Amino acid sequence: MKVIHYEDIVEKVAEMCIEANYDLGEDVMNAFQAALKTEQSETGKEVLSQLIENADIATKQRVPMCQDTGTVVCIVELGQDCHITGGSLYDAINDGIRKGYGDGYLRNSIVKDPLERKNTDDNTPGIIHIEMVEGDQLSIHMTAKGGGAENMSDLKMLKPSDGIQGIKDYILDVVRVAGPNACPPLVVGVGIGGNFERCAYLAKKSLFRPIGERHKDLEVADLEVELMEEINRLGIGPQGMGGTTTALDIKIEVEACHIAALPVAVNLNCHASRHKEATL
Amino acid sequence: MSKHIQVPFKKEDILALRSGDRVLLTGTVYTARDAAHKRMAEQIEKGAPLPFDVENQVIYYVGPTPAKPGQVIGSAGPTTSSRMDKFTPALLDMGLRGMIGKGYRSEEVKKSIVKNQAIYFGAIGGSAALISRSIKSVEVIAYDDLGTEAIRKLEIENFPVVVINDAHGNDLYREGVEKYRQI
Repeated sequence: MKVIHYEDIVEKVAEMCIEANYDLGEDVMNAFQAALKTEQSETGKEVLSQLIENADIATKQRVPMCQDTGTVVCIVELGQDCHITGGSLYDAINDGIRKGYGDGYLRNSIVKDPLERKNTDDNTPGIIHIEMVEGDQLSIHMTAKGGGAENMSDLKMLKPSDGIQGIKDYILDVVRVAGPNACPPLVVGVGIGGNFERCAYLAKKSLFRPIGERHKDLEVADLEVELMEEINRLGIGPQGMGGTTTALDIKIEVEACHIAALPVAVNLNCHASRHKEATL
Repeated sequence: MSKHIQVPFKKEDILALRSGDRVLLTGTVYTARDAAHKRMAEQIEKGAPLPFDVENQVIYYVGPTPAKPGQVIGSAGPTTSSRMDKFTPALLDMGLRGMIGKGYRSEEVKKSIVKNQAIYFGAIGGSAALISRSIKSVEVIAYDDLGTEAIRKLEIENFPVVVINDAHGNDLYREGVEKYRQI
């Protein structure tokens, strides 16, 4: 049985929080460069160029690429033969967030109570999902999820008879309504199936997959490619100012569901698609 | 090509701008987002003075990250403007001339922009490190307890924005999308 110490988790999470906010992933940078070649609008090209320059400045000067340094969402794969000592896994992750957001001069964007709305001043608590897996490793996948795109996300319980066309129409509607508010070019995360809460989780989880990587199931992968083309024909463009780059990618995850149900969730991510992973 | 404009505005500068124009702003703007707007609305309701005279001024919707040692300000890109829509027409009626943010405005705000000959600029959301370089000085002037949401007076130089809603009723979010829409 592998033993992992509390402090090691704290250090790793803190490091991931800072790096995610300072260093835009290579997948996003490559997607910006590719979009710059195909974007039809001059303003759209200017926006993409500024986003590339912005990411360069953030990395070189060790500052956050966006002032909304996000809600920390972690999907943790905890091996059933792994033992954590020194405290709870949840506390260790939250201590890591506290340290990372403090040391990294990141913005604290979490309020303790949605009604009273007083800032917790350390960006905790994070949203932590733990999945038990075989083995003795602990893998932490984290994202710093921006509020603007999260606010434009949506969930709908479709009817099975709505079928693929109903799913496609709904996804396009969510992207259309979000327009400039979600900070396009977007990464569109979709969960299909499960139940009410599970499809939302699947949509979030899909956003951890790197840009450009298609689903392993060919049917789902084809749907991703098809929807990607249609989203980019909506005309929304970079920052919603008009153009041909509305999404950098779309990710779909599917899961078993009830015979009466067709739940679909669309979790939008802005272009600052910040995800990191580490295995302890 | 970008136009260079001084803020606070001269009225003729506002009237000359059209949706889609790229502009570099230089001068003074004030920051305010959700919590500061809520407090200003409460002040207006009470008939109390606002923390700054909004006449001819520009509000930038932003909550910056903390400045690192040696920095003027942390990363400071725009936040979504629609959350301020509820409070905006009253401020425009009091003489506010411009707003910088990102995303749609409500029909009510758009009408008020035309009525008051004001303007709404979009800054590039997520371009916060780049934008910070255009901010030359920062002073918290009110609501310090709100932290990132306090009202700050910013001196800006060549701050990059695009005109979204101009004083003539044009709307880049509508026109731009129509131009490139294929479905």
